[in-house]
Amino acid sequence: MATPVKVYGPPLSTAVCRVVACLLEKDVEFQLISLNMAKGDHKKPDFLKIQPFGQVPAFQDEKISLFESRAICRYVCENYPEKGNKGLFGTNPLAKASIDQWLEAEGQSFNPPSSALVFQLALAPRMNIKQDEGVIKQNEEKLAKVLDVYEKRLGESRFLAGDEFSLADLSHLPNAHYLVNATDRGEILTSRDNVGRWWGEISNRDSWKKVVDMQKQQHSP
Amino acid sequence: MTTLIKLYGAPVSTCTARVMTCLHEKAVDFALVPVDLFSCEHKQPPFLAKNPFGQIPVLEDGDLTLFESRAMTAYVAEKFKEAGTDLIRHHDLKEAALVKVWIEVESQQFHPAIAPIVYEYFVAPIQGKSPDQGVIDANLEKLSKVLDVYEAKLSSAKYLAGDFYSLADLHHLPYTYYFMKTPCASIISERAHVKAWWEDISSRPAFNKVSEGMNFGEK
Repeated sequence: MATPVKVYGPPLSTAVCRVVACLLEKDVEFQLISLNMAKGDHKKPDFLKIQPFGQVPAFQDEKISLFESRAICRYVCENYPEKGNKGLFGTNPLAKASIDQWLEAEGQSFNPPSSALVFQLALAPRMNIKQDEGVIKQNEEKLAKVLDVYEKRLGESRFLAGDEFSLADLSHLPNAHYLVNATDRGEILTSRDNVGRWWGEISNRDSWKKVVDMQKQQHSP
Repeated sequence: MTTLIKLYGAPVSTCTARVMTCLHEKAVDFALVPVDLFSCEHKQPPFLAKNPFGQIPVLEDGDLTLFESRAMTAYVAEKFKEAGTDLIRHHDLKEAALVKVWIEVESQQFHPAIAPIVYEYFVAPIQGKSPDQGVIDANLEKLSKVLDVYEAKLSSAKYLAGDFYSLADLHHLPYTYYFMKTPCASIISERAHVKAWWEDISSRPAFNKVSEGMNFGEK
């Protein structure tokens, strides 16, 4: 029986959740080793050896040590192809490429403005950092333009890359979850008919519900 | 019979250059279909049907249409994995995984810091604006921190994912090429290993075929 893979990082981290959601979809057993970022665990020499940028997550299985959540997700899908959701990253090169382009769109177009908004609206207040209204407005506008494209796409297709849930949809879950549940700007997603419908579907997947439970457990006393 | 790959884009465009360099490395024939940026061809319905984000490039291979340059290079590198330069190290699980990691490093750490600087020096002037020094300075600081990690990495291996050239290195070419023409180039040249790495990857024939057309803003 295989040793569980290791994921380093706190369950509240969006990038950590991206990897955890993927591992759950792929039914790959894992051990989550939380880090205390408030104490600077992620900047200590031992951690920097496996993640030289001092960020979370880091990942280890029997063969290798990796970082960057989307690289980890692609690796998991390619190296555990027979496990769990086999079509998560496509079962043929054309399907994979179609998923990959939407995973890139998430990384290049959705992630920057949504991350900025999550930081400004959900995290900054908790960290006693002053919000920057200019940054908020700028990123709301950017995100709105991206979601206009998604709205049209999701009127033509059930999920971003086609009829099946894929790694591309999954990659959006962490930031979208915070926007909807931890800020007052959730309607940027929910007020758009098709995006709202899509959000409802993807956030109701068993794998994502388990991630949300893990996050809640970290919060409870 | 294989169809000819079509790449819709412009020779001066960084993201088009990224894909063209990959195609040359793999010795794959393709046709560059020019997109008229000045008449906003990329923002109009026929093109939007290919890329709803209204950006170049777009790749067509038979029935497959792709946007996002890094999805294109990944597709080409995998489809033609037995041809030309081995960009994804598919024969070695560990090497292949490390290539994936450093592809994401370019995408998530390097690109967000270098792109705004290139924009301020090359694109803003075309729109009648002067380069915003605040934006440049803030991003130079970020880029310097990223390059510190690169300097350390490249002191123990010739390329980013190991002692082999890969797609991870290739993805850095277009933006860095323009960056080296700005007053900020010293942050690359003052780091010995980053400088050596840059000189190596930017002198590859596949890239030279592409950089000939990268004369944005030059008369």
